[in-house]
Amino acid sequence: MSENSKTKPWSERILKNYAVQTIFKKIFIIWVVVTLSFLIVRGLPGNPVEIMVLNLMDSQGISEDEARTRAASLLRLDLDAPLYVQYFDFLGNLVQGDLGESYVLARGKPVTEIVFQRLPWTLFSVGTSLLISFTVGMFLGMLAAYRRGSMLDQVLTNLSAMIGAVPNTLWAIILVLLLGVVWKIMPLNLMRGSLSPGIKPGFTLEFFVDLFKHWAVPGTVYVLTTLGGWMLAMRSSTVSVLGDDYVTVARARGLPDFRIITAYVGRNASLPLVTALAISIGFLLGGSTVIEFIFVYQGVGLLMSQAITKRDYPVMQGILLVTTITVIISTAIADLLYGWLDPRIRTSGGENAE
Amino acid sequence: METISHKLGAIWRETLKTLKLIARNKIGLLGFVMLIGLILMSYLGPLVIAPEVRADVSQIYKPPSWEHPLGTDFQGRENWVMLVHGGAEVITVAFLAGLLTTMIAVVVGAFSAFLGGKADEVIMTFTDLWLALPRGILLIVTAYFVSLEDVWALALFLSFFGWPSLARQVRSQFLSLKKREYVEAAQLLNLGTPHIVFREMMPNMMSYILIALIESMTGAIYSQTYLVFLGLVPFGNNWGVLFSLAYAKNAIYNPNAMASLLVPMGGIVALQLSLIMFSRSLEEIFNPRLRTGV
Repeated sequence: MSENSKTKPWSERILKNYAVQTIFKKIFIIWVVVTLSFLIVRGLPGNPVEIMVLNLMDSQGISEDEARTRAASLLRLDLDAPLYVQYFDFLGNLVQGDLGESYVLARGKPVTEIVFQRLPWTLFSVGTSLLISFTVGMFLGMLAAYRRGSMLDQVLTNLSAMIGAVPNTLWAIILVLLLGVVWKIMPLNLMRGSLSPGIKPGFTLEFFVDLFKHWAVPGTVYVLTTLGGWMLAMRSSTVSVLGDDYVTVARARGLPDFRIITAYVGRNASLPLVTALAISIGFLLGGSTVIEFIFVYQGVGLLMSQAITKRDYPVMQGILLVTTITVIISTAIADLLYGWLDPRIRTSGGENAE
Repeated sequence: METISHKLGAIWRETLKTLKLIARNKIGLLGFVMLIGLILMSYLGPLVIAPEVRADVSQIYKPPSWEHPLGTDFQGRENWVMLVHGGAEVITVAFLAGLLTTMIAVVVGAFSAFLGGKADEVIMTFTDLWLALPRGILLIVTAYFVSLEDVWALALFLSFFGWPSLARQVRSQFLSLKKREYVEAAQLLNLGTPHIVFREMMPNMMSYILIALIESMTGAIYSQTYLVFLGLVPFGNNWGVLFSLAYAKNAIYNPNAMASLLVPMGGIVALQLSLIMFSRSLEEIFNPRLRTGV
């Protein structure tokens, strides 16, 4: 086999490389999603473009022909051209970063500009929360698995199950209710939005304090809703790994506990979780629609709920595309991590499978 | 005649055995009892208790009292009656969606892991494709355009979006099981793929699959809750709709209206709680290594 890989041309070796294959796959997926999103707006039975035309006629008092031209220019599509021409126009515009213009929310503003203005807020709030809940959840999960059956395990698993069982919408409402209405310990009206008025982003202490002040409550909701899941997944994963023969053997060999916990148990137990990490980003971005709506946090989620109520299709499409690409990049990172954590996966993708 | 009673006896003994196994874990037993209670309340309750059909303007937003045990809502309807009638839809959707999600995920995951090679690559690329979609947002956008008129449509819709992450997890479980000695032994003995998958690997994955089923159910309740909250699922008076309506009517800032917000929320929370607690028992039943306390 080693002789075989030496004689292979370098071009083939690059193509068989796990990382390169992963990246190719992701590019393919992006293309499919872009096509899907085109079809949602142009091909779905409800035909959003027709609704958009009606909307424009209604709201701006213009004739149907004018409204059609307006819709076409907003979407950057020639609505009378054959569908495949529209599709290639759409792809061409996309490559140039042109996703059309918003027509209700911010009339005439490019969608890309609007979405990219909002995206950092959501990525910050969701990303920070995810990092916290993942780290803490993994730690607590392993702790519970090691002490399984003990009082600590009982308390941890049951508490996290109870916390994780409550949907994010309900948590947001409960927190507003408790902190703002019943105990009145937080001025939730002042904490709405993503920054207090008058504070400019920059490397100032004032900015960071304000940033985390506004993140605190919605961030707590994200952490609360995901923490239990990570903990329980890590616990059951660790429990099943703990019974495995190689752990017993490692113990019998007299390896230090720390090494067994990290290299043998931790590494194998975290495998299913790493796959789930990337997935949960996509999930949280969806959940942010409700959370940001309740806390008026100025991220893509709030933009989404506004676009839905105002039927701003170009904005909806823009959010879908931009978040998709974000999620794909994060799954690519998770895939590469997975290959690093589990060499079995990395090699079985190559020529010497099984 | 004798065989029938014999069979009934056997079923009864099996049931007792299962109940005993469930009872091994106190939390799990509590979850089981709660779940049965909620199911009985939601499916049998409406047969006994008449629904609140009329609005009573004189009884709007009454706090809990002897006369109104759980208070009244913005139309003067009894919250406890709404609670009894609002559960069936939520539970049915959750169960159907959970079942469909798990079925799709197990089939896809098992096939992918077992076929390996090119087939695995194709199936996983397809799964990745679904995963890569920010399903939360796509769920919202599609729910906006597709009409989700009944329970089946919503369940199908939710499972359509829910299966890929589970499928990948099932696949990685299968992959790691595939490396175990007993599976390799079965392969060497040429026992055939169906035998290996269903007799050797499945029993070892039962706990995983059942817990995945419950997770899918809670996931379905979760997604359902925010779709309803965003007003994308035009359903009747189920718990989700009730609390969303109460929230939209600013019940959160009105102490007298609080009950109409908290009661349906409590229904959803209790359902989620019972499911997750019950899964604790299942975990113990299906993982013999846990049962013997090794």
